[in-house]
Amino acid sequence: MSRPRSIRRGQALAGWTFVSPTLVVLGLFLAVPVLMALWVSFTDWNGRGSPFASGIGFVGADNYRELVGEQGGLTRSDFMTSLRNNFFYVLLVVPLQTAFALFLALVLNQRMLRAVGFFRTAFYFPSVVSSVAISLVFLFLFSGGGVVNSMLDAIGVDGPTWFNDSRGLLHLVGDGLGLWNASDPPGALADNGVLGLSWWAWLSGPSVALSVIIMLVIWTTAGTFMLMFLAALQDLPLEVEEAARIDGAGRWGVFRNVTLPHLKPTMLLVTTLGLIGTWQVFDQVYVMTQGGPGKSTLTPAYLSYAYAFENQKWGIAAAMAFVLFLIIFAMTSFQRFLFRDKDAIATKRAAKRTKRDRARVTAGGAA
Amino acid sequence: MSPVSSPSRRRRTSLVALALGSSIALAACGGGGFEENGSDEPASSGDGPATLQVLIGSSGDAETKAVEDAAAAWAEESGNEVEVIVANDLAQQLSQGFAGGNPPDLFYVDAGVFGDYAEAGNLYPYMDQLADADDFYPNLVDSFTLDGEAYCAPKDFSTLALQINTESWKKAGLTDADIPTTWDDLQAVAQKLTTPDQAGLVLGIGRDRVGAFLVQNGGFWVDGEAGEATATEETNAEALEYVQGMLEGGEAVLAPDVDAGWGGEAFGTQKAAMTIEGNWIRGAMENDYPDVDYTVAELPEGPAGKGTLLFTQCWGIAADSENQEAAVSFVEAMTTPEQQLTNADAFGVMPSREAAQADYVEQFPEDAPFIAGGDYGQGPVNLPGLGPVVADLDSQLEQLKTADVDEILESFQKNAEAELQ
Repeated sequence: MSRPRSIRRGQALAGWTFVSPTLVVLGLFLAVPVLMALWVSFTDWNGRGSPFASGIGFVGADNYRELVGEQGGLTRSDFMTSLRNNFFYVLLVVPLQTAFALFLALVLNQRMLRAVGFFRTAFYFPSVVSSVAISLVFLFLFSGGGVVNSMLDAIGVDGPTWFNDSRGLLHLVGDGLGLWNASDPPGALADNGVLGLSWWAWLSGPSVALSVIIMLVIWTTAGTFMLMFLAALQDLPLEVEEAARIDGAGRWGVFRNVTLPHLKPTMLLVTTLGLIGTWQVFDQVYVMTQGGPGKSTLTPAYLSYAYAFENQKWGIAAAMAFVLFLIIFAMTSFQRFLFRDKDAIATKRAAKRTKRDRARVTAGGAA
Repeated sequence: MSPVSSPSRRRRTSLVALALGSSIALAACGGGGFEENGSDEPASSGDGPATLQVLIGSSGDAETKAVEDAAAAWAEESGNEVEVIVANDLAQQLSQGFAGGNPPDLFYVDAGVFGDYAEAGNLYPYMDQLADADDFYPNLVDSFTLDGEAYCAPKDFSTLALQINTESWKKAGLTDADIPTTWDDLQAVAQKLTTPDQAGLVLGIGRDRVGAFLVQNGGFWVDGEAGEATATEETNAEALEYVQGMLEGGEAVLAPDVDAGWGGEAFGTQKAAMTIEGNWIRGAMENDYPDVDYTVAELPEGPAGKGTLLFTQCWGIAADSENQEAAVSFVEAMTTPEQQLTNADAFGVMPSREAAQADYVEQFPEDAPFIAGGDYGQGPVNLPGLGPVVADLDSQLEQLKTADVDEILESFQKNAEAELQ
């Protein structure tokens, strides 16, 4: 079967030529470093010379086994501690910052509000300021004798020494409710464990120090996500809302049945970006706590940095990065699954079925 | 069939293109080569005058200027060129240099990371080529010795000593004769100095302060020469229990407990009457707390005699440097007793050569307790691979007041042994 020479033949070549600069740049700065890091994670490279040189030992999955396997020892418990911290961090930051951003966007979307421009700038401001600068300000605010503790003092509360306090919130809450004694944890939890940490350690919740970072991050990132929500809200035609009103929906009803469904794609975007960003938290930890106190603000990204640059354990550090990538990938996929459009899937399936049926009918007719 | 390739084929082509591009780039990266640069090899030297790159982690303008001036003088005399670069993040910039195969010729190496660098083969051992190499304090040279080989020349050092707030001291009715010389003395004066507003003694957290008590009791976390962890020796537990006893008694506190970042801050803000810090506290007191009068004494003797901790950096020469001969000559010029005294004057560090000790004490008599530590001090844990292990130790020592001392030492021992085997 010979194909006629298409007049579009030259276009493919031209297309490739046009995209080649992007491909080269992406390949050079994205694909190559990622592949190199992947290779490093399977070697015992010590940071000297090229990781592809002849003297570098290939160690298979040893670095990964160090992270999750029985022989990991300190490396494994460090890594698991960082995962635990980051898990509680994500668990609090993502829902809270999404809710806070949505709330701010709804406030700004009020037609009655005056000086919208001012408020929009004010709410967005923390997102524009360098995270290092904000971190430093928080260091002063939350120092033991800082502004926050002075204010708490004024209302008769003896504030904690925030950044020096490694006690877990869940431990404290349980202690407060009389479920257990935090200084003498129940043996069943403290003596048994999994993956190098005791159950007691797994269930600590975020430490007091980590919760300051959580507050900081919610405050700084909510502004960015607020803008996304605001853009989506302004896409919602006024008429739809009015129609719902005429149909008898109250304010809550309109929000619940009109606004929220309309915001679903934005919600997916915001929570996905939030999830990815929070699993990679690094600068706040680097600036404020370096993983302390008591390793309670250690995160995988910071731990990976410390293992590589401060301890020359490049292979393990690279392996940490890839485990983190897998976690993010899995969680994001799961989230997409949760947010999937059930109606669209049903429509698609129905269309496929019709097509198949029609094909069968045609085939039957021809026979 | 469409005239242009189908979507899936197009995707495949782009993937192939990407893979091809990547592999070419990877191959290019691999071409860097890797040459064994063992200790037997003679120092490399290029033809003609060399251009040395010197990467320093500077403490401030004074240090930068002093190093630059000294480098310029050496360059003029030797006919070479020197470029002094001040690092923003020394560890990171060095890592980039080592990985890229083009590290700076000379750089500061902290005793704490020396083991990792030496083990990785990044350092060129040159002590045997250096004139008067046996004039350095032996304890400092030990901090830069791995497997019996001394690698690099200590550039200067600091030690821990006891700082005493003069006013509190007088108020408690204490005199010069009461300056503590034993553990019991220290505890006794700390108790006398403790008031409701002021603790007797404040300690910074971590191994770099309580470690001094281990040395005074004849022990330490590791035995650097044998390359073994020795944390579970009974003497170490005794030393930690002594400190723990003072913390429990309330005459001693840890810096975070009084909301201070380090001992010097708690001492300067008079939250404590005594602290144990190094000679860097001078600058901090002068700049931040000029109104606080204090004296400095040697640390009290423990059951096993005098002991303190040393902190030091050396002049590392890169194994991959092409100008090692010139670099050694540079180090020689930078570590003469005269140059070290100039540096001491410029930015307050103590000379690493014993020949300079007498002159230093004459110039800075108030620093005599610090430099005395050069004779009996113990350098930091410098065995390769122990970074995360000592970080874990520090994190456990945060809770020293309430922790089980044996548990801390045992977990350090276990982790260190796993790393050192």
